[in-house]
Amino acid sequence: MIRCALNGAPAALPGGMTLLQALRAQGLNTPRFGCGEERCGACHVLLEGRSTPSCALPVEAAEGRAVVTLEGLGGRAAPHPLQRAFLAEEAGQCGFCLAGIIVTAAALLRENPDPDEASLRAALDPHLCRCGSHNRILRAIRRAAAEMRA
Amino acid sequence: MNLAFHGPAPEGEGGPRLPGSLRLNPRLEQWLAFHPDGTVTIRPGKVELGQGILTALAQIAAEELDLPPERIRIAPTVTGESPNEAVTSGSLSVQEGGMALRQACAEARARFLSVAAQASGAPLAAIRVEEGRFIGPGGEIGSYAAFAGRGLLAGEARGEAAPKPPAARRLAGRSLPRLDLPAKIFGEARFLHDLRLPGMLHARMIRPPRPGAVLVEAPAHPALWREGGFLAVIAETEAEAERLAPRLAAACRWQGGAEIPDDPQAWLDAAPGEESLVARHGAPPEGGRMLRRLFRRPFLAHGSVGTCCAVALWEGGVMRVWSHAQGPYNLRADLAKVLGLPEEAVVVEHREGAGCYGHNGADDVALDAALAARARPGRPVRALWTRAEEFASAPLSPAMAVAVEAVLDEAGTLASWRSHVRSNGHSGRPGRGAVPVLLAAPLLPGGRPVPPSQDAPLAGGGGAQRNQIPAYRTPHLEARMTRLSEMPIRCSALRGLGALIHVWAIESVMEELAAMAGEDPLAFRLRHLDDPRAREVLLAAAAMAGWEGRAGLPEGEGLGLGFARYKNSGAWCAVAAHLRAEERLRCLSLSIACDMGEVINPDGAENQLEGGALHAVSIALHEAVRIGEGRVLSDSWAAYPVLRFRDAPAVAVRLIARPEEPPLGAGEASMGPTIAAIANAVHQALGVRPERLPFTPENL
Ligand code: FES
Ligand code: FES
Repeated sequence: MIRCALNGAPAALPGGMTLLQALRAQGLNTPRFGCGEERCGACHVLLEGRSTPSCALPVEAAEGRAVVTLEGLGGRAAPHPLQRAFLAEEAGQCGFCLAGIIVTAAALLRENPDPDEASLRAALDPHLCRCGSHNRILRAIRRAAAEMRA
Repeated sequence: MNLAFHGPAPEGEGGPRLPGSLRLNPRLEQWLAFHPDGTVTIRPGKVELGQGILTALAQIAAEELDLPPERIRIAPTVTGESPNEAVTSGSLSVQEGGMALRQACAEARARFLSVAAQASGAPLAAIRVEEGRFIGPGGEIGSYAAFAGRGLLAGEARGEAAPKPPAARRLAGRSLPRLDLPAKIFGEARFLHDLRLPGMLHARMIRPPRPGAVLVEAPAHPALWREGGFLAVIAETEAEAERLAPRLAAACRWQGGAEIPDDPQAWLDAAPGEESLVARHGAPPEGGRMLRRLFRRPFLAHGSVGTCCAVALWEGGVMRVWSHAQGPYNLRADLAKVLGLPEEAVVVEHREGAGCYGHNGADDVALDAALAARARPGRPVRALWTRAEEFASAPLSPAMAVAVEAVLDEAGTLASWRSHVRSNGHSGRPGRGAVPVLLAAPLLPGGRPVPPSQDAPLAGGGGAQRNQIPAYRTPHLEARMTRLSEMPIRCSALRGLGALIHVWAIESVMEELAAMAGEDPLAFRLRHLDDPRAREVLLAAAAMAGWEGRAGLPEGEGLGLGFARYKNSGAWCAVAAHLRAEERLRCLSLSIACDMGEVINPDGAENQLEGGALHAVSIALHEAVRIGEGRVLSDSWAAYPVLRFRDAPAVAVRLIARPEEPPLGAGEASMGPTIAAIANAVHQALGVRPERLPFTPENL
């Protein structure tokens, strides 16, 4: 068993699989599977605060570390500012890409509360959105950043 | 609210004139149900693909019923219960489903109110509806909730109640927030991928290396299920299924099968096909200056971010399938054929998936799941595709070539337009023919090869010939198509179908003709357009983008225009693209003007138009399925580059408000014009006219 802090609570994950498989087996809806080869961003989680693809990473890498998924950032009762901002901007169409993107944005804003356009886009570059919601997503992150700085 | 406008609608000859999908599904109970708690359930047959249709439908229902939108519940589409609205495609959901629901709700409301009037003696015209309560001159005289159990929805719609006139609408036309987004943003179980049934098993498939290859050896393993050439690894956990599948796949031996031609364009030029006339009018002119151009596009993939998924349960002689396919009834028909079951013994229930952008593998994976479920009776089985299957096993959008010959007369006016398109058919959807088209079907004992895909007739939107006819006035027109009769790669519908290449071809040739005539390309277009709605969107997009400043752009930059009326019967859309040539082409911004008639949810429409445009930027500048070594080489995102965040252009959208006009879809209208606008901007920036998609340095 791999012991880690999952969304703030102690957890024991089965070994011998990817972190993505282990997290989904815990009943979490995110991260999501999109490619399994670290090329789409759908499976990103925070590992010790860094946005990391979980689809090819052995779960063993989480031993003794903090793992946060979208669910761990906030929910309906206590939304994360990013979740509020994504709703305010209606940032998404099918929404499948959003979990990974919000997780990456959370890591970015923690490190850099006021990212310029280039660093914002660079941070999101591992993420695909095939619905073409890019501009709304960028607006939502800028909105959340402004709110979090205030 | 006044009832004067709820009078009877004019009757057509031979029965009521019912709008959209209500014609084929006239029973009101199929569409909605009232509950004693004051809520209403609507049952659309059109499904949510990320386009926001559920929100628009809830707005339409709340509007006609005079209910707060929160009281509208939406039932997932289930075969046997929901109306059969065929496929959610072609930007028709509001036209077909929304207008049916609008009429059904108007009629439901009228029936309830007439009962309230009779029971209370209040004159019908004096009754208002407030939050679902019926208020007569002397106070409340009933409500939807109070009359819910009276069976008032029994029987068919009669087309007797007219929906509210545009000026009376309060909800339809407002940007209500999307109903499905919160769950997705909070990570709740909303996607099919998150459906977890008790005792659920997990399946991953092993595919033949080439279409038609025969399985000669498969390892014996308790987790490996074999039925003819169909192989599925079925395990208790996802991790186990994913660990075993590649191992067992490596131990399988296959023989034969068809090689895919290495040079798809050469194959496209030489392959046998059926030629037909799409449209013709007038006689060829004498004289004039002729322009001949050939446009080519590669095979394209849908490239959904989530891979295809389905859950199936075989129990008590019934196959129940949860699917994100676009046409639950169509899928049911093919599943029943393959499984040898009557259609009633197959239930397909829709759950949302990732955006699909057309006919991807959503139907195919449902058969995979059903076959695996039949191997494990009583246990639900969830099948999920790999990224490689998503590219190499799903239907692709076919490579195409369009030849155009246009003649400009002495006065610089278009005198003749001929075009000829070569392509595989664009529709290989299930449920339409005698032979099932699902991926695994030919692999099963007695399975038959998937027949070549078809094209709908032009009047039904067309496929390869969609938007082949220019909107521009021409005294002579001849449009022909050759639908290839062999199909080495399974092909089907991708957002926009043939419109993507035709709009580009038309708009590129029009600009060249304008140059031959020595005229500004916008003025040249306007001189050939009679339709005022077409002219208006073109002028609007040009104004948004600062068309008059075009000549002053720095070297290496370009501003291009593109216009089309989608399907020649849908939304009018014009796009201006601003582009800069760096080591690759970079689209900096898009200005989109669209007239889509009545708009139910403006923010949703803008979202769709922008999404379609960015999809088109990706197609214009990045996308091509790689083929070689006799197979599809694109099996990962590395081998199928798409638009990413660093390259996403800024987008401005302007909707031309026409609340009096019938609503038209927004999901595809901006795509062809965007590709065309980019191509025309490339010409200004680099002096070359692109003839091959995508517009990469190699292809220019
Ligand atoms: S699923 Fe991990 S990056 Fe695509
Ligand atoms: S919203 Fe569908 S992929 Fe981003």
